[in-house]
Amino acid sequence: MGADFVQFSLTPILIGTLAAIACALPGNFLILRRQALIGDAISHVVLPGIVVAFLVTGTVAALPMLLGAGAAALLAVVLIEAIRRLGRIEPGAAMGVVFTALFAGGVLLLEQSDTSRVHLDVEHALMGNLETLIWLRATGWDSLIDPVALSHLPVELPRIAVVAALMAALTVIFWRPLKLSTFDEGFARALGLPVSAIGLSLVIAAAVAAVAAFDAVGSIIVIAMFICPPAAARLMTNSLAVQVWWSVAFATLSAVLGYVLAGYGPLWLGFDSAVSAAGMIATVSGVILGLACLFGPHRARVGVAAGG
Amino acid sequence: MEAVLAALTLQAGYNAALVTLGAALLGFAAGTAGTFLFLRKRALVSDAMAHATLPGVGLAFLVMVALGGEGRSLFGLLVGSALSALAGLLLVDGITRRTRLAEDAAIGAVLSVFFGAGVVLLTIIQTLDRGRQAGLESFLLGSTAGMLFEDAVLIAAGGATVVALIWLLRRPMTLVAFDPGYAAATGVDTRRIDLAMMGLVMAVTVIGLKLVGLILIVALLIIPAVTARFWTDRVERVLWTAGGIGAAAGYTGAALSASAPSLPTGPIIVLLAAGLFTGSLLLSPGRGVLAAVLSRRRFQARVHRRQGLLALARSEPIHDPLTLRLLRAEGLIRPDGVATDKGRAQAAKIARDERRWDVAREVHQDTALTGRYDGLTPIEEVFTPDEIAGFDARLGPPHPVGG
Amino acid sequence: MAETLTLAATHGARTDRAADPASPLAVRGLTVSYGDKPALFSVDATFPAGAMSAIVGPNGAGKSTFLKAALGLIPAVSGEVRVFGQGLAAARDRIAYVPQRASVDWDFPTTVIDVVLMGRYRRLGLFRRVSRAERAAATDALARVGMEGFADRQIGQLSGGQQQRVFLARALAQEADLYLLDEPFAGVDAATERAIIDVLKALKSQGQSVIAVHHDLSTVAEYFDHVFLVNVRAMGEGPVATAFTPEALARTYGGRLAATQLDQLRLTGA
Repeated sequence: MGADFVQFSLTPILIGTLAAIACALPGNFLILRRQALIGDAISHVVLPGIVVAFLVTGTVAALPMLLGAGAAALLAVVLIEAIRRLGRIEPGAAMGVVFTALFAGGVLLLEQSDTSRVHLDVEHALMGNLETLIWLRATGWDSLIDPVALSHLPVELPRIAVVAALMAALTVIFWRPLKLSTFDEGFARALGLPVSAIGLSLVIAAAVAAVAAFDAVGSIIVIAMFICPPAAARLMTNSLAVQVWWSVAFATLSAVLGYVLAGYGPLWLGFDSAVSAAGMIATVSGVILGLACLFGPHRARVGVAAGG
Repeated sequence: MEAVLAALTLQAGYNAALVTLGAALLGFAAGTAGTFLFLRKRALVSDAMAHATLPGVGLAFLVMVALGGEGRSLFGLLVGSALSALAGLLLVDGITRRTRLAEDAAIGAVLSVFFGAGVVLLTIIQTLDRGRQAGLESFLLGSTAGMLFEDAVLIAAGGATVVALIWLLRRPMTLVAFDPGYAAATGVDTRRIDLAMMGLVMAVTVIGLKLVGLILIVALLIIPAVTARFWTDRVERVLWTAGGIGAAAGYTGAALSASAPSLPTGPIIVLLAAGLFTGSLLLSPGRGVLAAVLSRRRFQARVHRRQGLLALARSEPIHDPLTLRLLRAEGLIRPDGVATDKGRAQAAKIARDERRWDVAREVHQDTALTGRYDGLTPIEEVFTPDEIAGFDARLGPPHPVGG
Repeated sequence: MAETLTLAATHGARTDRAADPASPLAVRGLTVSYGDKPALFSVDATFPAGAMSAIVGPNGAGKSTFLKAALGLIPAVSGEVRVFGQGLAAARDRIAYVPQRASVDWDFPTTVIDVVLMGRYRRLGLFRRVSRAERAAATDALARVGMEGFADRQIGQLSGGQQQRVFLARALAQEADLYLLDEPFAGVDAATERAIIDVLKALKSQGQSVIAVHHDLSTVAEYFDHVFLVNVRAMGEGPVATAFTPEALARTYGGRLAATQLDQLRLTGA
């Protein structure tokens, strides 16, 4: 736990944790709204978004990438909604059509364009590069108060920190309308709440979280963190507020434990190289969900679904 | 261009021809198997299954290497992928049935966790000497480049087998997809048929791994079925149309990809299918966007026109601007809102029809007929001329309206 | 002119067509459709203030659709809705709504008191803390439906009748002037039906207006003052004594009435 840790593990763990929390927060509401797979759809369309942004601007600078990904996510959401309503197609199928088609378009564009001089490929998009987000200037824990070293923190860290804080703030600010419109849409509408706008804003917030997290950790974690921590949390409690706290705890645990297992696990087992941190974080979140499914105190359904 | 033509006519080499035929068969199988999924509203379960294949591929490779093999046998890898896809499917079912989580959460969880575990296995494999050339990454997006002859045979034969199985099972599966309750009542074991359907979907997924890749195989299962749904309401027609769309996309996509190395097979096939989908979404006569917009506007006009005439018949003022505009455009009212002769005549006819309906609803207790008293259905559509004459006889002579 | 009079006569009281500012809910020319089939066609209805009104009609006749369209929950093809003579947006604070019980997922992670507090939303807004007074209002609403002991219960643990009472308590917490209820008695036990009707009658005695979608013809006369009959078209409205007649029912239900009555006889006989 010395200089090495600060230099090579502290920032990836922090970035992974913040990304996990940023995704898990909106994930709570997506799960309750039966929209869990929106997260899946969004994280697939991020690829075409960044490819188009690259083709337009010719750079891999963060801002155009983020804007491109955000625009693609928004486009996907609009397309899904349009297909669902206009074609009267069930949401799952509408989603399946949109995100696969956009993803295929992204892959094709990528193959057709010259991206050899930049680090832009499908595998990177899926798996992220958490392991490379190290803090080279750090020399130990002292660096945390050293302005020069701090200015050399990987840029992903402040970015994801801002987004995680934004997600937390939005969750607190819009807690009541979110809860109300998620539980009883008709009543919320009768109160005059802008229910459709709330639903769309939630999806946009999820897209922002997905895009920011994706930049640092890749698509797999994004999908896993949207769903696994909130789903496991749902099985731990019958209070929405408590559920959100559990989901934050599970997201943090997944990120920290996943990163440590990926980085040090193989060494403990006698192998000499680490495995994918993103993959391991997703795996740990799955194990947590599995345990919650088996032992969670509130795992069974209790509500009488419909009248009669 | 020549290369494309050659590929499309299966003249681009033995392997390419086999792959193209295999892709067509696979597309057909995916379209039909996907139709069952879509009609059962479980389209995205296939996404969970597809992503769940990845750890199976990795484990199969490791097992084969541990047993002293090369680890590259496509058959071995596909067996591994099928087993882990099955595990994923069982988990989705288990989570949905045993816990309070809904199916979408179960699908998303299985999808991301299995995929994450698969990626972990891939990074382990990459550290092995043998693993570097294994090319397991090609299962993500599919690749026909450098495919061995026996791999091509495996894909073609697998595609043919699945198509044959679907042909055998088409009747019970159609029945279950259309009306599971009725199917169960007639003695069909719906659970077993559902299982068979999932088995077919799994077979399509596994066979499609090398060709289309696990991220996009789900597109081949969903898009043809959804596209076909735009063109017909009959289950069997949806089934075969979806098969045809899948086959066409598979054949053309594989051929195009074989002729141009920079065109990856999976994305091309998916984009072709998506193109057909977009066309159908916009242009289908029954459910397309264009048709829906037009019929919505026509319907709105009908409602407003009819309500306007009813108001004229009752000498009530009309305030609604759209109603006023429609009536004016037809010359039924003057610019100042007063009914013209033509307007009065139409209003009188509508008023008479309303009274005919009143009589009809007294005379006929048959709700199938009187239930069509919805304000828009013309009475002539529901009753015969002599029946209407009968209503008129009870009403007495017509009265003039308004003015 | 004769034509006009005959029409008006067959469709009940339609003498005053101008929106009555005293009416808690007045609807004119309301048409709603699902696809190309009108669910409601050119419906006019005016409900009296300080009374209990029932919306009656066969299944699929557009009763719930009427309520939802009146509340602006679903779009109308045409028509105008006035609540106390105002537009919907201006009158939101004066309306309380009890949706159908089955319209929500009772497995949602929340408690009874939280659901009732949702009725105070327009007072609480985004940030205002739930004060002692707000909580007292919610607890009082729960007490009025006989569920004060259930405040901290998870909503999934409630029986169907208790769920209905919680929804009613949430509407009471809104402290509105007009209460719109969608099938409040559907699938509830006899004790709950009694409790609900007592609460509604208490509201009426305080001068508030109640409008409920109602499916049990045998209790219309006992519970309600005013009735609005609908089957896609408006089929009649007025005081129960004059508008709730066999002829009006035959007009509304057509051939289906016999079956409905049979069902009811069977239900009460069992």
